[in-house]
Amino acid sequence: MLKTFRIGGIHPCENKFSAGGQIRQAMLPERAVIFLAQHLGVPAEAVVKKGDMVKVGTLIGKSAGFISANIHSSVSGKVARVEAMPDMSGYRRPAIVVDVEGDEWEPTVDCSEELTVHTDLDAKDIIKRIADAGIVGMGGATFPTHVKLSPPPGLKAEIIIINAAECEPYLTSDHSLILEKSKEVIVGTALLMKAVGVTKAVVGIENNKKDAIEALRKVKTEGIEILPLKARYPQGGEKQLIDAVMRRQIQSGALPVSVGAIVQNVGTAFAVYEAVMKNKPLIERIVTVTGRGVVQPSIFRARIGTSVQSLIEDAGGFVGNQGKVIAGGPMMGKALSSTEVPVVKGTSGILLLPQEESYRRKSNNCIRCAKCVQACPMGLNPTLLMMATEFGNWQLAEDNYIIDCIDCGSCSYTCPSFRPLLDSIRLGKDKVGTLIRARK
Amino acid sequence: MKKELIVSPSPHIHGGDSVEKNMYGVLVALGPAFLLSLYYFGLGALTVTLVSVSACVLFEFLIRKYLMKQPLSISDGSAILTGVLLAFNLPSNLQVWIIIVGALFAVGVAKMPFGGLGNNIFNPALAGRVFLLISFPAQMTIWPVPGSFPPTYVDGETGATLLSLLNDGAGAKLPAYKDMLLGKMGGSLGEVSAIALVIGFAFMLFRKIITWHIPVSILVTVFVFTGIMYIVNPETYVNPVIHLLSGGLLLGAIFMATDYVTSPMSISGMIVFGVGIGLLTSVIRLFGAYPEGVSFAILIMNAVTPLINTYFKPKHFGSK
Repeated sequence: MLKTFRIGGIHPCENKFSAGGQIRQAMLPERAVIFLAQHLGVPAEAVVKKGDMVKVGTLIGKSAGFISANIHSSVSGKVARVEAMPDMSGYRRPAIVVDVEGDEWEPTVDCSEELTVHTDLDAKDIIKRIADAGIVGMGGATFPTHVKLSPPPGLKAEIIIINAAECEPYLTSDHSLILEKSKEVIVGTALLMKAVGVTKAVVGIENNKKDAIEALRKVKTEGIEILPLKARYPQGGEKQLIDAVMRRQIQSGALPVSVGAIVQNVGTAFAVYEAVMKNKPLIERIVTVTGRGVVQPSIFRARIGTSVQSLIEDAGGFVGNQGKVIAGGPMMGKALSSTEVPVVKGTSGILLLPQEESYRRKSNNCIRCAKCVQACPMGLNPTLLMMATEFGNWQLAEDNYIIDCIDCGSCSYTCPSFRPLLDSIRLGKDKVGTLIRARK
Repeated sequence: MKKELIVSPSPHIHGGDSVEKNMYGVLVALGPAFLLSLYYFGLGALTVTLVSVSACVLFEFLIRKYLMKQPLSISDGSAILTGVLLAFNLPSNLQVWIIIVGALFAVGVAKMPFGGLGNNIFNPALAGRVFLLISFPAQMTIWPVPGSFPPTYVDGETGATLLSLLNDGAGAKLPAYKDMLLGKMGGSLGEVSAIALVIGFAFMLFRKIITWHIPVSILVTVFVFTGIMYIVNPETYVNPVIHLLSGGLLLGAIFMATDYVTSPMSISGMIVFGVGIGLLTSVIRLFGAYPEGVSFAILIMNAVTPLINTYFKPKHFGSK
């Protein structure tokens, strides 16, 4: 029996068109738009100004708080302007726009492909390099990695869990990364173990990626277990993954490290390898461009700041009736209103859905079938939370743990009445969160 | 970019389940029992079912269109299902006008005034059935005896059901187990064959239309309760297997108690609900004036469902 989380879950159609595909280098953009806030927390402060020349890897935004991250230039050229640009939500946010000239790297970055395994750095130095390189959670949550590696006093990690579940349908970035960089991923994992001082790590990976499991097992791994998991959404949710691997459930509001776990995405492990061993800041990432709306589903290594439009063109462009363009996967991704927005550190994929897959069906009465209750991986009652939100009964919503919702979308996905459960719950969660903070 | 993009919050895909799929799935699951009822009761079964379904659909149509003035909801299949379930709870020789009265009560009183599918408190088909049982006790408790093939509607022999025999005392002449499994005994048209109903149950489990919790907890409770009584006093009480196979227990447990709208939402709630129905059914059967208690038990527990939902919540992630 494969391990999996113990509450709820669904199994959406996987549609992994690009599975096992080779990672291609995306075209260099002519102009890169690099946001100063690509992470959870305080935006970085710009340290360059209009007219400055930058190289690949030059620090252009400096971490501006405890929860914040450095930003580096992903291209070489001239800073065209430092101003607010529309991001994936359509809001304008501070960004640095660089006109690309050539491709000149900072000399400190080791660009060789050679595998480096040994380092004399101690835990503190490793965490410092990770912070300097501006590494954030690559699974999409973009929480600054160096903060996650420094648990609050009194809490001690026992284990590093590498999240290679990639449970979102369509996306295959992690899959290809593992196939091509299995050794680097394992070295990155070892670095993470050293950084937090644990001797055990588990790589949790859904069993639908057998070749990737094989590739990881071929690498000599001391203290690192490769653990196949059942293909079940949301296996890659942090709480669900910890439950699947350790049979421990984090209590409402607690940190993962409260049960002894620190979870890092497999893409983060690779970025940690590059940062520590190659001195390479986080300036590019793997992006799956996929869906029935694109000519050639592809996996790219793209510089941060490359526009979504140019990646789509790189993959052959649109096909059929253009409907939705989604940053991320179909379950949790964000539908874009324009493709003229740049790739950021958290962009794991671009999903193109044709028009016929883009509309929701008209919703009907709740028939109280409880399928959402059975699907919810947090053990909530989505239809009750939706009702509480619609009636503005915030106490009822709070008493039924609306705050614990992880936005996975399993409820809306399952509902036979096509009710927009998660839409309502998001609103309610926001409101209840505000009320709770106001009480403190 | 010439054309505008479509924007909506996540999730962007749907599993493809729908109310219609579930309703028609239940209808398919009722198929085997319906075919057997045609075999045993012939034209009578067909007439009762057709009248009941047409009446339910017609009443829902009229109420929706002229009283509620809302878009029609016939295509969701719930009116058809109510019609079939009501028919399954009626004797196959029931007069047509009585069936129509039952359908009117089911749809016009138990379902639509609350707001239609999803908002009703009581299972409409059962409410209709119990209304008829109280209003027309004589017509509702005579059943044609199946088995004389080809059966006829007009001159079918009438006889008592197994449970009314039981109510007259344990010594009465009981049908053989084989006949009970296949349905060769008196009863409402959909309740007679245990095997056909269990096949429907398996189908619904396989298609994930329902979970096992409600039916199994009802059946186990009835088995245990009547089993204890049988051990204590085998002279007065019949063995629990007969209770499981007789009357509307299987039909009620599998198809009526599992009605989405009127049953609890959490697993623990479903089990409490099922045990409650099992206990009430046994008590009514063993000590009550009515021979059959399943309908009453389910309706009573329907009323308790909101309370169960309040106290038996889903198991929350991270709770001890």
